[in-house]
Amino acid sequence: MTVMASQPVMASGQPMAAEQVMGLPGPEPDAAAAPDAHALPAITVRSYWQSVGYRLRHDPATLCFAAIVLLIVLAAVFAPLVAPDNPFQESIIGRLKPFGWRGHLLGTDELGRDMLSRLLFGGRVALLMGVVPVLIASVVGGTLGVIGGFAGGMINTATMRTMDVFYAFPSVLLAVAIAGAMGGGIANGMIALTLVFIPPICRVAETATTQVRGLDFIEAARASGARPLTIIRHHVLGNVLGPVFIYASSLVSVSMLLASGLSFLGLGVRPPTPDWGLMLSTLRQSIWVVPWVCALPGVAIFITSFCFNLVSDGLRAAMDVRM
Amino acid sequence: MRTYILRRILYAIPIALGVSIVCFSLVYIAPGDPLETVLPPDATAATIAQIKHIYGFDKPIPVQYVIWLGRVLAGNFGISIADGRPVILEVGQALKNTGLLALFAVPLAFTLGYAMGAVAGCFPGGWLDRTVTGAAVAGVSVPNYWLGIVLVILFSVQYMWLPATGMGPDGVSQLHLLQWRDLQYFVLPVITLAMIPIGIIARSTRAAVAEIRNQDFVQTLRAKGLSEWAVARHVLKNALPPVMAVMGLQFGYLLGGSILVETVFSWPGSGFLLSKAIINRDVPVLQGTILALSMIFVATNLIVDLLQSLVDPRLRRG
Amino acid sequence: MSAALDLAARVTDPRDRGGPRQPLLIARDLRKHFAVKGAKGKVVRAVDGISFAVRKGETLGVVGESGCGKSTLARLLLHLIVPDAGELVFDGEAVGAPGGISVGALRRQAQMVFQDSYSSLNPRMPVRDSVAFGPYVQGTKKPEARDIARRMLGQVGLDADLFGPRYPHELSGGQKQRVNIARALATGPRMVVLDEPVSALDKSVEAQVLNLLLDLKQRFGLTYLFISHDLGVVRFVSDRVLVVYLGRVVEVGPSEALFHEPKHPYTRALLASRPSMDPARRIEEAPIAGDPPNPIDPPSGCRFRTRCPFAEAVCAAREPALAADGWDAHAAACHMQDAGSGHSRAASAGSA
Repeated sequence: MTVMASQPVMASGQPMAAEQVMGLPGPEPDAAAAPDAHALPAITVRSYWQSVGYRLRHDPATLCFAAIVLLIVLAAVFAPLVAPDNPFQESIIGRLKPFGWRGHLLGTDELGRDMLSRLLFGGRVALLMGVVPVLIASVVGGTLGVIGGFAGGMINTATMRTMDVFYAFPSVLLAVAIAGAMGGGIANGMIALTLVFIPPICRVAETATTQVRGLDFIEAARASGARPLTIIRHHVLGNVLGPVFIYASSLVSVSMLLASGLSFLGLGVRPPTPDWGLMLSTLRQSIWVVPWVCALPGVAIFITSFCFNLVSDGLRAAMDVRM
Repeated sequence: MRTYILRRILYAIPIALGVSIVCFSLVYIAPGDPLETVLPPDATAATIAQIKHIYGFDKPIPVQYVIWLGRVLAGNFGISIADGRPVILEVGQALKNTGLLALFAVPLAFTLGYAMGAVAGCFPGGWLDRTVTGAAVAGVSVPNYWLGIVLVILFSVQYMWLPATGMGPDGVSQLHLLQWRDLQYFVLPVITLAMIPIGIIARSTRAAVAEIRNQDFVQTLRAKGLSEWAVARHVLKNALPPVMAVMGLQFGYLLGGSILVETVFSWPGSGFLLSKAIINRDVPVLQGTILALSMIFVATNLIVDLLQSLVDPRLRRG
Repeated sequence: MSAALDLAARVTDPRDRGGPRQPLLIARDLRKHFAVKGAKGKVVRAVDGISFAVRKGETLGVVGESGCGKSTLARLLLHLIVPDAGELVFDGEAVGAPGGISVGALRRQAQMVFQDSYSSLNPRMPVRDSVAFGPYVQGTKKPEARDIARRMLGQVGLDADLFGPRYPHELSGGQKQRVNIARALATGPRMVVLDEPVSALDKSVEAQVLNLLLDLKQRFGLTYLFISHDLGVVRFVSDRVLVVYLGRVVEVGPSEALFHEPKHPYTRALLASRPSMDPARRIEEAPIAGDPPNPIDPPSGCRFRTRCPFAEAVCAAREPALAADGWDAHAAACHMQDAGSGHSRAASAGSA
């Protein structure tokens, strides 16, 4: 947490209130000491979340990419309605056809199936594998981190050391190891990814909790007679959820990339379910025939991941206010 | 200082033990009888009984772990189901090949990433910064195996400049690194492998440099009359410790992430070995490779931490 | 002084147990040591045997340099830190002991105002919720707690409608301290421990907050324990003063007497080291020599002897005792005050 080292100061030596800094009409400091306090103009005080919304609304880049993400999500969710063809419909003569062949806007794959449809349906799995593991890991890892950070001492050390063991694996390796040992499949893949994400989220939560715990207002809460759970609920969570959320949002694209990597290795979704990573794997042999059609699933992964990354960056910029 | 080094090394031991426990338990999270995972499907009853005895499957799990640990420390990683060779030989050979890739990818990624990040951090908000940041974000958003495929499409399929797969025309044993004939096989895999680390290192460096430039001591340096160049040197030196930590992690990524790139390029390294083992359900090889790779990662982290404490005296918590 | 006692007699708090004659708080031989990380066996003797009593309705000032244990003492009094040794008696009942008053009950009757106004308020809570938190935790329902918060904000001079929904970063330092005071008073305590409440404020604001504190004390019949390193401030607010050095009390006495005629060399040096506004009376050399000693390894005997211009052999041999008999006694823990100590100056300074 940073101390407000460089607060703008008025001529009288008093630090300026936030409204004055932003150029809006504001009260004089310690105005209540002034005799005619009722002569002051009304102030719109923004809560933290309102200020986050304000910053986001005025960030065109993030809004633009958020719109693209929304588009992708909608396309995936409504794939059955939007897709031109049945993604499972094979065709013997129509294999590996280039863009625009007989109405197939993006060509066909090695079994003659329409690429566009398969891409749209593949989005469902991709988004699922991107969001669900991060969500579960946030809840589990966040809880563990807050408990460890607040309890301190042996409990904290034990928790963090256990997390350190999992940290000792590069994430791809750990995901592959767990998914590989369990035998692949979409459920095992999700379990593997969740286990991969729990340690870093736990660490973020623990760091934030430890930081907050040392501050005076926690002591003041204890002095009021509050019990640990009450303190956590009212004082700790609000300060910890922010960093955890920011970090977790940056993990969504990582999760998608890892999931597609698992599928590429044959550890994720099983054929014939459309999945971008799996498609890249099966189409690999065919790059000599229709190279750019075979590269398409990767384009989808890249665009989705890129947009998620930028949105999460924008969220971080909006939420990470030095208060 | 010495106490810190000692404590750090001592701390690595329980981590290594924990890692070994995780690797050991991989066999047990596999579906089905763990015995089946280490035996070829056509094993005779005598072989089954023998393996059972060697692995100690009839004993309680903690005892099995100790037996396994003992064997591993002695260098016995088991026998590969697929081809019957000792796992440790295969893993050793594969690691050498991955090491060759890393040998080229690491300097490329570190220097390029650091340079990009430093430049972007020194001119925050400018077009250079935006380009570098955009490239860095793109770098971490791209699935590296797909990048490999795209590079192959570009350079092998369309233009036929570079070979698509493999590690050399005459096989691994006859590699002459100084000849383009062999060296050309390295180009695409190395670039592919380095892409994500470049992005991450560039981002971290940019953040570190930008933050340091805002600190008061930089203003002091300028006020003392130092040229911008000299100031930049100070800044970059201070930016090194936090970036070093990131670099260490990225080295680990290169180890773990190589599986995807090596699969694309059929590079006979540890990653390729791993993916073959997955397809063949060759659990001894799977276990051995993961154990070796993760131990190297633990060692790398240890070295990076010690190096960091050398460079940044603030980290030497005695 | 007597006005304060009259006040205590007049304000009949239903929680009062022993009447105006019984001290509100007695601290006996409090000790708290912190282990030094990395160095085995070494401890920081933050509080090393502090004893004192606080009368109902008075303001006891506690003065000392940074690192002398003042903040630790403050937290010990509210049982935010558990003492290693010693006892606390609140209005006749031992704190934490069976048959005495529980820590939870203590926290309903004693509260604390913290120094760092920045970190003492949750940055993500509007200040009125921070103030309402105390009553809420102690069982009041939310709407009533909010009402209490509104009233308390008004009591400290902040318009509840204007300042209530604000966040700490939108307030000035003085306003934040007012909020801290409001929070401390929201639960209706009888005693307030103030740990450097004005140290982080500008001088003009400091005066306002001090006046507010005195005002509130009158209005609510409070008892204060006022900790500060600023002598002028302590003199202004306190009825009696405690001077602490390296975890022990070195002098105690009525405020005016202590500041007018300090008995302990340390107190004298502290007072003498205040720069004078009069250019004719400049200080030529520093009154205190030497560095502040190490709380891990305090000097033997009298802890101040390494910086004391009057130190003699007896000062290293024996630790001087603080002999304070009676509420308004002015005593110092110094061999020069003890006629039978063997110090060369003992007899002459004994009656000062």
